[in-house]
Amino acid sequence: MRECAALTPVVKTMKESDQVTITITLNGEERGVPAGLTVRGLLAHLELHERLVVVERNKEIVRRQQYGEVSIRAGDTIELVHFVGGG
Amino acid sequence: MAVVTEKLDHLDEPLEIAGRKFRSRLILGTGKYKDNEMMVKAITTSGTEIVTVAVRRVDLDRTKEEGILYHLDQQKCLLLPNTAGCYSAEEAIRYARLGREAGFTDWVKLEVIGDQDTLLPDVEGLLEAARTLTAEGFKVLAYTNEDLITALKLEDAGVVAVMPLASPIGSGLGLLNPFTIRLIKGRVSVPVIVDAGVGTASDACVTMEQGVDGILMNTAIAEAKDPVRMAVAMRQATEAGRLAYLAGRMPRREQAVPSSPTAGMLD
Repeated sequence: MRECAALTPVVKTMKESDQVTITITLNGEERGVPAGLTVRGLLAHLELHERLVVVERNKEIVRRQQYGEVSIRAGDTIELVHFVGGG
Repeated sequence: MAVVTEKLDHLDEPLEIAGRKFRSRLILGTGKYKDNEMMVKAITTSGTEIVTVAVRRVDLDRTKEEGILYHLDQQKCLLLPNTAGCYSAEEAIRYARLGREAGFTDWVKLEVIGDQDTLLPDVEGLLEAARTLTAEGFKVLAYTNEDLITALKLEDAGVVAVMPLASPIGSGLGLLNPFTIRLIKGRVSVPVIVDAGVGTASDACVTMEQGVDGILMNTAIAEAKDPVRMAVAMRQATEAGRLAYLAGRMPRREQAVPSSPTAGMLD
């Protein structure tokens, strides 16, 4: 993404924050996501329905009503869980 | 089927757990089904009103199916998140909290496993987790081994049901120790729900004949060649065992007693 920004004039018009990615640990794997996302933004970025997913940030559950306020920061450990079949 | 059940309602009380009443005494797990369609059919035909679910990571590559909430109707069935796969109190507590957030429910089926080969409960961890979770307001249904002392300690910890095993999870070995199950049922006042080990309908029937309040199973139905037929068989066996218990069986005798009159025989 940053490479694109350097090469194409169109992308240069984007805000700087849109061009920066941060690295987080997402469900056990290191992954780059756009900087400046809230939890809500992260779920939208991953195309996940808020109601069906529970978010744990650095081992603390993020309440649904806080999704719009809690920011994702570089180095965060994020777990996204949901219900699956089980006995 | 539904018509018959309604007519027979007066023969039994509802199962009551933590103030909530259920007509069915059968609780089903939702794991190991061939597909979600089969799972939903089995659940529906079983008549169950409580189903267990597990908490796991979302598959971010979407190679697997969607979450199970798409397929279950929470109006019809209480979702009971479990802590399956947890080997410490700390881990089980973490999963219970995630389950509460995912399911909008404070009910949890608490499992703390002590050994990978047998999946038998770790009593120490189980009691520790039970105490913490009940203090946090959870309604804890505790999967435990068939041990009276542990059951009594769990009751003291404030669980809403104790769930001793019939035999190890997924083994299908049936009820191995009816004596200890009766002992637990005779001593604890919260509902006793036998969880794990049932293999076929006769196992469910014999288990319910011990006087327990309910039974929880998963593999016996999910791994049957025809899960829907087995779900019906389990429903009927659970009801049959329950009614036989309530009816009170005849005494066992070591000699025959004729059923027809001995008087009035011809010379």
